[in-house]
Amino acid sequence: MSRAALLVLADGRFPAGGHAHSGGAEEAVKAGRITDAESLERFCRGRLHTTGLVAAGLAAAAALGTDPLALDEAADARTPSAALRAAGRKLGRQLLRAARATWPSPELAALAAARPRGAHQPVVLGLTARAAGLGPEDAAYCAVYESVSGPATATVRLLGLDPFQATAVLARLAPAMDETVRSAVAAARRVPDEGVDALPRAAAPLLEIGAEAHAAWPVRLFAS
Amino acid sequence: MHLDHATTFPERHTHSAEPVRADGTRRALRIGLGGPVGSGKTATVAALCRALRDTVSLAVVTNDIYTREDADFLLREAVLPPERIAAVETGACPHTAIRDDISANLEAVEDLEDAIGPLQLVLVESGGDNLTATFSKGLVDAQIFVIDVAGGDDIPRKGGPGVTTADLLVVNKTDLAPHVGSDLDRMARDAKEQRHELPVVFQSLRSDAGVAEVADWVRGRLAAWTAA
Repeated sequence: MSRAALLVLADGRFPAGGHAHSGGAEEAVKAGRITDAESLERFCRGRLHTTGLVAAGLAAAAALGTDPLALDEAADARTPSAALRAAGRKLGRQLLRAARATWPSPELAALAAARPRGAHQPVVLGLTARAAGLGPEDAAYCAVYESVSGPATATVRLLGLDPFQATAVLARLAPAMDETVRSAVAAARRVPDEGVDALPRAAAPLLEIGAEAHAAWPVRLFAS
Repeated sequence: MHLDHATTFPERHTHSAEPVRADGTRRALRIGLGGPVGSGKTATVAALCRALRDTVSLAVVTNDIYTREDADFLLREAVLPPERIAAVETGACPHTAIRDDISANLEAVEDLEDAIGPLQLVLVESGGDNLTATFSKGLVDAQIFVIDVAGGDDIPRKGGPGVTTADLLVVNKTDLAPHVGSDLDRMARDAKEQRHELPVVFQSLRSDAGVAEVADWVRGRLAAWTAA
């Protein structure tokens, strides 16, 4: 395992399209659910324990070598909102492009051929980690960190929130991120025996509903 | 085992602006248009579409700060059929989408060609940004930087990557110069100083000549691209 490769993949500047997405923060800001650092932390904690956990499970399973197409279907089943499914596939397609340029591998090429319009982002993330010589924990860490860092940086732009405060929110969430990764990887290790149903399926209904509302806005800063 | 596949995968994939398509034919020339807010990028794109659409198979990708304003303008003006105009959302950072993370724009270009067949020219319009916003060479083959006389006649002197390095600098709205006290000769001298041999076009889309000179430049680039 290369720790440096993990830093390359986890870097917020990794060119895979994430900068245009807020992880539901734009809708939550407009609805008044995120107004400051405290409410941002509550929002991120909720996201971490729901979509963050689910994404980490899918990514860890992909990194362990589970069939990515089966995981892609599992991701669909865990994403009720059509807008979020579309955003997840779009981001997956963008990540696949960056990953194939960065860590070319036959598995990434096969996934691109099977899903030319994009597979779900966490699945691509796990397969990318695998191509980079990383393990399931690494993939899960990338997934949980993205699940909260996206909303945090978006909130800095949307609210003019003090960037130091936003970063401190992420630091306070670190123990919860560790715990989420442990759960996700433990579930992913059960997949060979129990199938993809062993993976986490925590849902965040308000994020799903908010994503549908957000997708219909005529004017918005973020794609999701 | 997964790390370096330099010999197994000598070809580059579809991640950047490779000059040929998967089938070996030469892909569309991609020209980026950037520049500050309100300098007339969208109006120039609209005029270019009108000037070129009868002889060139082209499409447009817009990068708006808030979703589809520019794309909607081009649709309202009916400069191209709707299937030839695509909008990329940029998450409050238009320069990121044209320079640091070009993945969404590359996909938009590919989707256009998938949907309507091979194109000769794709114009990629940046959202209005600042004087440092330039396009990645992984996204476009040439770029036009559009400023206007009302934004201040000191912009060419100030320079910056857009003014100094763009393949073509367009100084727009020359008809406004007398009204805003801008000195066109000074702008031309300053631009020459910053850009040396790189071309500069002074344009007013309200004049009879309109976008003709810029359209000729685009035709020249297209001819060179096709011949290469």
